[in-house]
Amino acid sequence: MAETLISVPPRARRGEIVEIKTLISHPMETGYRRSQLGARIPRDIIRLFVCTYGGAEVFRAELHPAIAANPFITFSTVATESGTLTFHWTGDNGFSVKETAEIRVE
Amino acid sequence: MLRLAVALGALLLAVSALAAEIPRAERRSGYDFMSRETRAMQDEDTANPGMLWVLEGGALWSRKTGAAGRACADCHGDARVSMKGVAARHPAFDAARGRPVSLEQRINACRVERQQAPALAHESRELLALTAFVARQSRGLPIDVTIDARTQPFLDAGRALWERRQGQLNLACRQCHDDNWGRRLAGSMIPQAHPTGYPLYRLEWQGMGSLQRRFRNCLIGVRSEPYEYGDPALVDLELYLMWRARGMLMDAPAVRP
Repeated sequence: MAETLISVPPRARRGEIVEIKTLISHPMETGYRRSQLGARIPRDIIRLFVCTYGGAEVFRAELHPAIAANPFITFSTVATESGTLTFHWTGDNGFSVKETAEIRVE
Repeated sequence: MLRLAVALGALLLAVSALAAEIPRAERRSGYDFMSRETRAMQDEDTANPGMLWVLEGGALWSRKTGAAGRACADCHGDARVSMKGVAARHPAFDAARGRPVSLEQRINACRVERQQAPALAHESRELLALTAFVARQSRGLPIDVTIDARTQPFLDAGRALWERRQGQLNLACRQCHDDNWGRRLAGSMIPQAHPTGYPLYRLEWQGMGSLQRRFRNCLIGVRSEPYEYGDPALVDLELYLMWRARGMLMDAPAVRP
């Protein structure tokens, strides 16, 4: 179970630049660490984050082992139409979490 | 001559005892020692990673569990009302155990006795989530532990542990956090050690941790053998620190470097 926290302004003016913030719980295990018995701890990270707005991709980030646990990703986009923002995180071991948020453009 | 020396010694002891405690007006939460960026992270709920645990704790709060098939919410209802100020009052005296118990122990007692579910392990994700969720309901409220005839001996024991030198470095908690707060230890700011925001998200841990985890960190730091989680000595120390921070405002779940 991965918890997420997403901040999207519920309403915006047309053409306004809006800030979007996302936080997701994930250990981001690097794959470089070893357990106390010397066994390698397998890598378990989020590899990709994609945000679409009204079906069109507006932001994409590739994540790597050096990124801290519970990645916090913030970015901005231009409010064009009222619609749905979709957030999709995918990663190792079949990790896949999808969330949505609505924005109203006036 | 000897009498003079004894009197002088007693006077010195009295002075050092006075110097030890931080005056109320000078008390500062760990929050005040943080960088602007880390404060911003704590202040905003969608940027504070501790809120992920609060969110999970909220889900656990209303999930039925154990042989009794009861959820926390079935007895306690809306946590925003029933759990308000609870974390600010713990450790609190428990008549059945005859000693103060920490918030984690209280939650586990409820699980075992009322829900008839197995106790959650210390520092497990579930226990941290439930504790964070309960502690969140005390945000902004003053710390207010009860010190009376029943809890006084445990407060004294906690204070004795705080003032006792230990470990290979032969350091007492007090020597850093009462006498040298605001100065630096190997590049890190020494805070006053007021437990206002536990359980909290530490960037160094990349995760959530309890006050006892923090204690164990410090104990390992002075190279002493740390107490086990749930050890009565650690609960006494929790009680002493909460009393020492009485009146300060809770900011759980806090973020600390």
